Amino acid sequence: MESSKRRFLKVAGLSAAGIAAFPAIKGFTSSGEKHSDATTPKIYKNPDALMAKRWAMVIDMRKLESEEQVEPIIEACHKIHNVPHIPTKHHEIKWIWATEYKHAFPSLGHKHIGKKLNHLPFLVLCNHCEDPPCVRACPTQATFKREDGIVLMDFHRCIGCRFCMAACPYGSRSFNFQDPRTFLKETDNKFPTRMKGVVEKCNFCAERLAQGKPPACVEASDGAIVFGDLDDSNSDVCKLLESNHSIRRKEGLGTGPSVFYIL
Amino acid sequence: MNDKNMIITGLIIFCIIIIFPFLYNLGSTAPPPEPVLSEKAKAAGECIAPKEVIRAEHMEILGQWRYSVVRNAKRIYKASNGKEYNMSLSSGENSCIGCHTNKAEFCDKCHNYASVEPYCWDCHIEPKERN
Repeated sequence: MESSKRRFLKVAGLSAAGIAAFPAIKGFTSSGEKHSDATTPKIYKNPDALMAKRWAMVIDMRKLESEEQVEPIIEACHKIHNVPHIPTKHHEIKWIWATEYKHAFPSLGHKHIGKKLNHLPFLVLCNHCEDPPCVRACPTQATFKREDGIVLMDFHRCIGCRFCMAACPYGSRSFNFQDPRTFLKETDNKFPTRMKGVVEKCNFCAERLAQGKPPACVEASDGAIVFGDLDDSNSDVCKLLESNHSIRRKEGLGTGPSVFYIL
Repeated sequence: MNDKNMIITGLIIFCIIIIFPFLYNLGSTAPPPEPVLSEKAKAAGECIAPKEVIRAEHMEILGQWRYSVVRNAKRIYKASNGKEYNMSLSSGENSCIGCHTNKAEFCDKCHNYASVEPYCWDCHIEPKERN
């Protein structure tokens, strides 16, 4: 009896050791095979792409005084992203638009704020928050925060539940109640349209950054909108913020917007 | 056992009804379609992977590309033939549709035959709509 128990334990112990070691040995041999194959396809970023630790935007309202100045900026964005113009207010799609001070900064307003400020066309868009509530709300991870701080959408994955729209305190998101293509007179082939039942918003021109170009609104703004890396103290954005008083939308909510305004 | 005739007649009718669709379609099966390559694709002579791999796995490849482009911002694919491709279905010369310019002949033919309806073109802009 004694010897058979001993033998059983020996065999059991050896088997357990073998099973534990098997995946390690297998992983070692298969990784060795991979190394020998030099022609495996590779995937990488465009070396010309603009990169940052945290992208941010500064909108200098001293340089944007009238609707005429703001319109081409909105048009530039909506044109390249195939954003339709839908006249019905409840169904409209917006990536970037102009609004009044009292709507953009409801907590900073008072009745003696002055006529000039009240009538400035404040450009508002997705704030690409540091702690984005829309990302937390999205049940399918269609909305996510990228490494460089851009809050992006994977339109393929959006199921149209609109939780993100309820979560966003800035109203930056629009829902396609209808097929947007019926409202597009012409389309830009370089960017897809959306389909009915999908949410959409500003993407900080991720597709342009990948080609080494600044966002379309920045390019069309004639210097009124500045874009750069908030983590780089030598960037244009940081220099502007250093030397001017700036505000962000609904600061008290703690979302940490990446869009700053200089008044 | 008095209903023997009735049962056998019934069984024969039942079998005929079941077999009828198969007999009806016998010999009339449509041959599987061959996708037609555009002039540009013919001139290129090779895709990002061998034909057999593309044929079997193009949907997985497109899914992986989508993930890489949208989530990781990695948009360049260096294939095993050493050439670089733009990881995009529909934007630019170096994308899928930039080379396979004939969507109806290249994509739709097989998809229709296999009765699959991918939703790619609900959003991506297909070549025929282009100016």
